Amino acid sequence: MMLMKRRDFLKVGAASGAMAALYGCAGGGKASGHVVVVGGGYGGATIAKYLRMWSEGGVQVTLIERNPTFISCPISNLVIGGSKTMEDITVSYDGLKNKWGVRVIQDDVAAVDAAKKTISLKAGGAMSYDRLVLSPGVDFMWDEIPGLKSADAQSKILHAWKAGPQTVALRKQLEAMKDGGTYAISIPKAPYRCPPGPYERACLVADYFKKNKPKSKVVILDANEDVVSKKGLFMKAWGDLYKGTLEYRNNAEVKDVDVASNTAILEFDKFKADVLNVIPPHRAGDIAHKSGLKLINNRWVDINWLSMESTSMPGIHVLGDAIFPAPTMPKSGHMANQHGKLAAAAILNQLAGLEPSPTPVVMNTCYSFVDAKNVIHVSSVHQYDAATKTVQPVKGAGGVSAARNELEGKVAIGWAKNIWADMLT
Amino acid sequence: MKMLTTVATVCLLAVASAAHAADPNLARNLAATCANCHGTNGNAVKGSGMDSLAGMEKAKTLQKLADFKSGDKPASIMHQISKGYTDEQLDLIATYFAAQK
Repeated sequence: MMLMKRRDFLKVGAASGAMAALYGCAGGGKASGHVVVVGGGYGGATIAKYLRMWSEGGVQVTLIERNPTFISCPISNLVIGGSKTMEDITVSYDGLKNKWGVRVIQDDVAAVDAAKKTISLKAGGAMSYDRLVLSPGVDFMWDEIPGLKSADAQSKILHAWKAGPQTVALRKQLEAMKDGGTYAISIPKAPYRCPPGPYERACLVADYFKKNKPKSKVVILDANEDVVSKKGLFMKAWGDLYKGTLEYRNNAEVKDVDVASNTAILEFDKFKADVLNVIPPHRAGDIAHKSGLKLINNRWVDINWLSMESTSMPGIHVLGDAIFPAPTMPKSGHMANQHGKLAAAAILNQLAGLEPSPTPVVMNTCYSFVDAKNVIHVSSVHQYDAATKTVQPVKGAGGVSAARNELEGKVAIGWAKNIWADMLT
Repeated sequence: MKMLTTVATVCLLAVASAAHAADPNLARNLAATCANCHGTNGNAVKGSGMDSLAGMEKAKTLQKLADFKSGDKPASIMHQISKGYTDEQLDLIATYFAAQK
């Protein structure tokens, strides 16, 4: 029945020929069908809501998410710093279910069958789709840090780079650490999720130490040759606020760890910490990585920027941190939300037998706390460029804060409240 | 066939009124890029400190955006973001928000 409908739309599209190409009918064309969304983070939750909202209920949406509630990575560094709680960064999926009519299933996807257009669930059973959206975030490349391969090692040396139990566990490690101890955070080579995030975390842990454990130290072991994001503003904060507390080391790639002694092993050096926080290199989340989609550097999914579809498997759209990003585009929650809207608009056109819009625009804002109150931002706007077939940053637009300030500290919390509502309620 | 003719007429009217071929949902899509901070369809979360744009008079929104672009209106971030959109795009965005409740 659903297939018949789709064919009818295609017929109308063909009959009206040039008109359809001009989008003459898109406003009146009704999209229908079933979209399965895998992953209920910033990208997946957004597209689930927007597909339902913009189709006025015409498109059925199933969201498959392994966690019972949404827990935000942005703002989670404030939980680690001690000024916010897990409750502050947790939002229910009830809004998507009850207000927007999204079918939310708590499960994992075991496999995708692109030829049959079905997915199978870990708990058993399969489901067919007209279009599939994968928004799986990232998974870690444990092979790059061999000492961290076991679950036991991973429970001792934390990443806390996915908000949830690890966020709580890292906070506990910091609380248990004696005054005079050292916290070390390692940053993988770019690209990685949330470019300014590790520097923000270092600031917030230093802020906590300054107030509660003043003899303690923070050391950043950065695999990159320089600070990746908001360099001037972070370095000013470190000099002004954390002199003697926070130390930055560049070209300090963690190659392995010795779990028993809590030691990071660098190429020519070792670093023993009381709390060792290793963010391993990451890649597209497992389900996107193993489903046969074309990858770049065997890590990130190659997508078509007009629809966010995989370049090798049309009909499968990939959002958020899992994709190979456009030039200067960060892997951020804000950007994943924008991907969700771009793909929602494209999918609704496609389900109505039309082409995606030829002029998509996405933008990013990212706020980082340098202490519990003061914030610095980076912003950018990206417009589609037909010549390079990607979204390009607009020259002269975007930028960073003039200086850290408390006003943006309030704006950052306002941003979180609004984006969570934009995704989930 | 009759329905197709009707649809075709509506389509041609829509095309005739547009300067160039564009997705008729372009204004909606562009306005959605603002929703992360200003709320879905411009309805910001109450008490969040962010400006609600829903129902704001088009001329007022456009004036604000022009002042952000020129630097006449001081801003923490909007002076940077407004420069990323063309005047035509800002016009579509302002029109869309003016029509929202």
